[in-house]
Amino acid sequence: MHEIIVISGKGGTGKTSLTAAFAHMASPVLICDLDVDAPDLHLLLQPENTETHGFTGGHSALIDPKTCTGCGTCREMCRYDAVSENNGTYCIEPLRCEGCGVCVTFCPAEAIAFPEKECGRWFSSETRFGPMMHAQLYAAEENSGKLVALLRTKARQKAEALGMELILSDGPPGIGCPVISSLSGVSYAVLVTEPTPSGRHDLERVASLARHFQVPAGVIINKSDLNENECSVIEDFCRQQELDVIGRLPFDPVITHAMVHGKAVTEWDSGVFSARIRELWNRICEVAACRKNMDHTTINN
Amino acid sequence: MKIAIASGKGGTGKTTVCASLVHVWPRSVMAVDLDVEEPNLHLFLHPIMESTEEVAIDIPIVDESRCDFCRKCAEICRFKAITVFGDIVLTYPEMCHGCGGCMAICPQKAISAGKRPLGEILHGKAGKADFWMGRLRVGEAMSPPLMRLVKQRIGQATRSGSMAGSADGPAVDPPDILPDILIDAPPGVSCPAMNAVMDADVIVLVTEPTPFGLYDLKLAHEAFERLHVPMGVVINRSDIGTSDTRTYCKETGLDIWAEIPFERGIAEAYATGKIVAETDPKHFDRFRELSETLMDICMSRNRRQEGNHA
Repeated sequence: MHEIIVISGKGGTGKTSLTAAFAHMASPVLICDLDVDAPDLHLLLQPENTETHGFTGGHSALIDPKTCTGCGTCREMCRYDAVSENNGTYCIEPLRCEGCGVCVTFCPAEAIAFPEKECGRWFSSETRFGPMMHAQLYAAEENSGKLVALLRTKARQKAEALGMELILSDGPPGIGCPVISSLSGVSYAVLVTEPTPSGRHDLERVASLARHFQVPAGVIINKSDLNENECSVIEDFCRQQELDVIGRLPFDPVITHAMVHGKAVTEWDSGVFSARIRELWNRICEVAACRKNMDHTTINN
Repeated sequence: MKIAIASGKGGTGKTTVCASLVHVWPRSVMAVDLDVEEPNLHLFLHPIMESTEEVAIDIPIVDESRCDFCRKCAEICRFKAITVFGDIVLTYPEMCHGCGGCMAICPQKAISAGKRPLGEILHGKAGKADFWMGRLRVGEAMSPPLMRLVKQRIGQATRSGSMAGSADGPAVDPPDILPDILIDAPPGVSCPAMNAVMDADVIVLVTEPTPFGLYDLKLAHEAFERLHVPMGVVINRSDIGTSDTRTYCKETGLDIWAEIPFERGIAEAYATGKIVAETDPKHFDRFRELSETLMDICMSRNRRQEGNHA
């Protein structure tokens, strides 16, 4: 089974629009939206949920004011400044609480409860391009990495049960916990960037993260006509870093038009732009397969 | 006053708006990049860096000669960062959230604080603006601890202490003494984004009028509403997409503070690392107007709060 993930470091480079188009090309395919914080892929794929599950990802401390003796131990022990005091009344700010339970253990009056909390929901769905696994973390919640890991496990189980060979995932922005959770152990990462200082800077960081986890990766430069010089710089960087140069995609408002109509851009447009995306997808399949064979040779030797 | 520039969706123009606001800000200002995973503000403000501080989180180091394998550390740890198998203690430093529970509970005092590097905090000057940024180490999963440290340093620098996450309620900055603080927040609405905006006096949500932009705007609006601070919208690339974003703002009473049309010139300025407000007087005026709106909102909020405290 292969897992291909589309990530970018920087947000708004076109990950989701491209993932939807690739899902169209690869259909039927198992699709996974690993951006559990601000997921958007469902807006293009209109999944029909067949299963909805709660996700409990942690605990939150809660002081019982009746039992609390006002000793202040919780406030002293908390490393997250989550305990506030007002006229001798202690209170935990849920937004700052890390869920470590230190205050719960050390409270001499045993006045702090530690209920489990539901941090989000995850869904198993059907789309016109294949089954889809996706989730929504509740606002301001943490443990997105854990939810991502859970989604990936469920996706692999589903792909196995259905005998599907490929999982195509839309990844989260950044390089932190949900990205690390999305990236580790995948077969190939497609890094989408744009020829701007931010695009290049963020690509460099996400590429070094992929290298850190030994995930082979290639780069697509989206909105490539914005800055020709920056495109060349990025492509040079790719060659130095042994990243595949998958190709360029010029800016085209058709991406927005397709989005407004809830379609993958390749469904909406049958012209040059879509042909270009098909070429990019074919190239991804080629380079991903090639990387895999190379790895095999290395291992066999 | 502290103003956070945030957005649900990435790539809507947070950094563009933040850099331009810093450029046009009529008073003393501090620019803070709290998007520590992918900080970009320095690429536009071109600060001259004065200091770099490597920062770390406390992780457990176990002195096995003192350990009696009572397992109390493993029991208190909620993050599976320390376990005991028979007479072996294993630590997983990358899982540690730095809560200090294991060190505090160990009856043998066998656990001391080691360090896991989080990244660095850079400080410098961008023109007249004081500049701060956090940069997460590549491979480090947790951005909130680094963000908390950046906020602490800013608190120390402004001597207000209010950014250090003081629990005494929102600070009321005496005007004209402390610089105004503009925060470039990370995208999304989960813990890193919340961490960046939670101490702000005003939150600016930058969006674009597309279905993705609107969906993520709704998430951000819902998430940040519970902070009970004034919140408004800047619609970037305002002439693409649909009118649904404006309708949503109108229906939910979310003010639109500025609209920035899609112009090739703006995109190209951005693509070459220029501050948009610097490229054209009309853009300068647009952001100057936005800065005045934001200052008015901050000041009337602070006046209201002073009224409440009195």
